[in-house]
Amino acid sequence: MSEIVQAGGFMRSLAIQSRIVGALVMREIITRYGRHNIGFMWVFVEPMMFTAGVLVLWSLFRTHTTQLALIPFTVTGYSTVLLWRNAISRCGNAVEPNRSLLHHRNVRVIDLFAARLILETAGTSISFLALSALLTMAGLMPLPDDILKMLVAWILLTWFASSMGLVIGSLSTLSESVDRVWHVFSYLFLPASGAFFMVDWLPRRFQDAALYIPTVNGIELLRDGYFGAQVHAQYDLVYLVSFNMVLTLIGLLLVKHISATVEGE
Amino acid sequence: MIRLDKVVKRYRTRAGHHTVLDGVTLEVNRGDKVGILGRNGAGKSTLIRVISGAELPNAGRVTRQMSVSWPLAFGGAFQGSLTGLDNVRFICRVYGTDFQVAIPFIEEFSELGKFLREPVKTYSSGMRARLAFAISMAIEFDCFLIDEVIAVGDARFHEKCQRELFEKRRDRAMIIVSHEAHNIREHCTRACVLRDARLQEFAAIDAAYTEYNRQ
Repeated sequence: MSEIVQAGGFMRSLAIQSRIVGALVMREIITRYGRHNIGFMWVFVEPMMFTAGVLVLWSLFRTHTTQLALIPFTVTGYSTVLLWRNAISRCGNAVEPNRSLLHHRNVRVIDLFAARLILETAGTSISFLALSALLTMAGLMPLPDDILKMLVAWILLTWFASSMGLVIGSLSTLSESVDRVWHVFSYLFLPASGAFFMVDWLPRRFQDAALYIPTVNGIELLRDGYFGAQVHAQYDLVYLVSFNMVLTLIGLLLVKHISATVEGE
Repeated sequence: MIRLDKVVKRYRTRAGHHTVLDGVTLEVNRGDKVGILGRNGAGKSTLIRVISGAELPNAGRVTRQMSVSWPLAFGGAFQGSLTGLDNVRFICRVYGTDFQVAIPFIEEFSELGKFLREPVKTYSSGMRARLAFAISMAIEFDCFLIDEVIAVGDARFHEKCQRELFEKRRDRAMIIVSHEAHNIREHCTRACVLRDARLQEFAAIDAAYTEYNRQ
């Protein structure tokens, strides 16, 4: 057994960790977006542009054939895709470029992940909020039915993205191929993620299977909150929460494992 | 006080485990100046990283009851695309130091002038080293870790560094690792020899030096 003994308890550790993660977030913002033009606002403007772009494309091609309004359906779907895709892919390369920061004792591998997850999930969350607000003000999107349900759904999806980020991020540190395979997988997974369909529209025999996909449950809840009685949403929150808990545990164990082996350069 | 108690550090290599530190015990009190002599590859830098806390031991215990620096003048943690000042702000935040206080000192000490507002990747290695040393001095530590006494900048700047570290911070503890005995003889009051993954301590520097040269 090895341990590092330092004076002070949990609160002190928490204060140090918040300070470190805060410093990393600031550093990340300046590194990625710089101080020119709109600077850090790119954090949410970029995903917003993405969703808006997809919205325009889908409207033009009129591929949408359901009774649900296209705009809210796309916004609720595509925002969640950005939430998990961005957060997880940013974790894939979180450790390697920041290895030298580990020379500072209080900077730990988990902080590198935490900083990126906070920045990325905050960015997609703000973009979802801002885009919805803009579209609502423009009269293109009615107000949601139950905003609390949407909030719960968003939190659960953020939790999923974060714990998956820890898993993929740690595994990528152990082997670069994981990062590459993940990019392919996440692309192929897109149609199955639940962003572009409601479980109710699927043939009966696929419905149960679809509910094994964690993101599907989250998006169903999000749309239940938005559309209310207009949709027949299906989800299993106990399953989603349990899935997240197990994934978080695996993620934290993996981070612990790589923390012991990753060295500063 | 810093205490290392039977610290073991191993690395995994293709040829199996390689033990760099095997039961290293060391105690450093406030104001102590400890020299660690070791040949190339003896594990000096690993020892420094374990003391600083950048790496965790595989076994044993490290107790730290005073603040310990990162290896001095270490510039590897700079982000090249950020300006010198942005890097300073980051490190100040990490150590909970007010950068409003640190920046004037760094501006004055590093003599980098307007270049502090330029990206670090445009710096020469000498400029980097000056910035790195200035940052190390801007944050107060009880114990400084020195991995080889580095010659930063030209003779005049080097002298300024020596004064800042060894004279103004005379009251602090220092751990200096070096393969050159004269560095240690100049600044330390006791010395250890790191060899074959073991650390042997000597009360007198000369005794350590004799042991170091015995091969």
